[in-house]
Amino acid sequence: MNEQVLPFEEPVVELKNKIAELKKYTNESDVDLSQEIEQLENRLEKLESEVYGNMQPWDRVQMARHANRPTTLDFIHEIFDDFLEMHGDRVYGDDEAIVGGIAKYRGKPVTVIGHQRGKDTKENIRRNFGMPHPEGYRKALRLMKQADKFNRPIICFIDTKGAYPGKAAEERGQSEAIARNLMEMAGLTVPIICIVIGEGGSGGALGLGVGDRIHMLENSTYSVISPEGAAALLWKDSNLAQKAAESMKITSYDLKDLDIIDNIIPEIRGGAHRDVSEQAEKIDEVLHQSLESLSKLSQEELLEKRWEKYKRIGTYTFSS
Amino acid sequence: MLGNFFGKKKRYATIPREEAKQDIPEGLMKKCPQCKQIFYRKELDNQLQVCPNCGHHHQLSSWERIEMLFDQDSFAEWDKDMISTNPLEFPGYQEKLEKDRLKTQINEAVVTGKGTINGYETAVAVMDARFRMGSMGSVVGEKIARAVEYAKGEGIPIIIFTASGGARMQEGVLSLMQMTKTSVALERFSRAGGLMISIMTHPTTGGVSASFASLGDYNFAEPGALIGFAGRRIIEQTIREKLPDDFQSAEFLLKHGQLDQVIHRHDLKNTLTTILDIHQSGGDTE
Repeated sequence: MNEQVLPFEEPVVELKNKIAELKKYTNESDVDLSQEIEQLENRLEKLESEVYGNMQPWDRVQMARHANRPTTLDFIHEIFDDFLEMHGDRVYGDDEAIVGGIAKYRGKPVTVIGHQRGKDTKENIRRNFGMPHPEGYRKALRLMKQADKFNRPIICFIDTKGAYPGKAAEERGQSEAIARNLMEMAGLTVPIICIVIGEGGSGGALGLGVGDRIHMLENSTYSVISPEGAAALLWKDSNLAQKAAESMKITSYDLKDLDIIDNIIPEIRGGAHRDVSEQAEKIDEVLHQSLESLSKLSQEELLEKRWEKYKRIGTYTFSS
Repeated sequence: MLGNFFGKKKRYATIPREEAKQDIPEGLMKKCPQCKQIFYRKELDNQLQVCPNCGHHHQLSSWERIEMLFDQDSFAEWDKDMISTNPLEFPGYQEKLEKDRLKTQINEAVVTGKGTINGYETAVAVMDARFRMGSMGSVVGEKIARAVEYAKGEGIPIIIFTASGGARMQEGVLSLMQMTKTSVALERFSRAGGLMISIMTHPTTGGVSASFASLGDYNFAEPGALIGFAGRRIIEQTIREKLPDDFQSAEFLLKHGQLDQVIHRHDLKNTLTTILDIHQSGGDTE
């Protein structure tokens, strides 16, 4: 597979290529370079832990957008059994930027929903690059209400640049669709787990984002506006996106510090795309814990705790 | 087309002299931003800041709105002294807040409280677009969520007037989460049978339109108000076409089924009174 290399990873890739070259040379000739190779491999190990251990906010933004990053459907197939996709909002259409359906998780029924990006240009066009229209949010709500009726937990995967800014989206009530989801999700009497797996872009992410637990993959982001958008708005210069990524506090570590999310799900070294199955196992672990602890709550307790969770987000003081 | 090209007529426009522009004493007269006509402030006051010539609804401050609507001396403010901190330590944010506090004489972009409208007791939250463009940060979210909770506790309706450019950038994702906070509060309020009336005024966009502004039992707007999720410029860049002039206007939304009514400011108090009355007598079935 032709893998996208991010700028900050370049030294790692260079070294890897060098090792591969030496290996090839050893195989083809009689010269024994195994000692050199071993040395370089040790160096690679060090370098990798250095590079991936010191990722800056902007590096994480790029990782969250990585072309090979696993999508909602990748994780659904790894984590759940018997997933059956359900289509359409019963009002206008089927928005393929959001997928949803029923499945089994460790033998128990669940409803799974998520933003869905495409793997290639063709699929991305069909899925509108994972940027939903109102009918996407309404499909999600329909499936969530169904989950509520049949008393099964809801798992939402969040991965979108944002709700689509288009003419038709406005005409059909993009604002109303997102607002409705926020309010209705608040009142569902089944556990809701939200997991940000890539970009958590503003209101478009939030439309699937009201949960009893919110988790983020280590290299995902959650923000009120893209770093490019923030830079354009605040400093009239979208080239300052890197700076904006830092000051806007959008990484999983920032959101944990701000006490907004519950858990950071560690990513395997080099990013989730290096091994989808292994990454899915890490998600599975946290998901299992969350569902276990939430299943002990009564419906009243669940709603009360959900309110308390959101009530305390924000900072303010009183002037004398 | 061609004929027009050859027979191009000269067009004249009257440009006021510099002295003439300065002839208007500060505070006595006000120019309508829509039709550019100049009126005595007193005349505009009598018309509730609706242009007598073109019907343009001038923006109102929170307090102008409250005085216009509530019975005299009936309004009591809640959480007046709540102010923003600078949670992300965003450079220059504190100074901007301070400047807007001085300019507007209010502490944040929303005023909340309760009072009576023609005798009907109701809670209210009125946003003020002059304060950081009415953007929603932690304080706006908290004040609105609290107002909803107070209304729930007292068993009274809540009316929310929105005027906002959306979430406040300088508080980042904390601002975003206020959309959730206010929506969760409104869900509890709604579940308890509370009546919420949303009145969207110019402008109501982004995170505010995609949360509480759209969550009324009745969603109204003032004529000509700009209401939408995404900004016009961003949409035009995305879809690469020019949008119609009335795009995202209150009238446009009404046409597309997104609003219950567009209400002229002169009729607002009466309409609200009728709704409050219907809801007060409507629940009484004995």
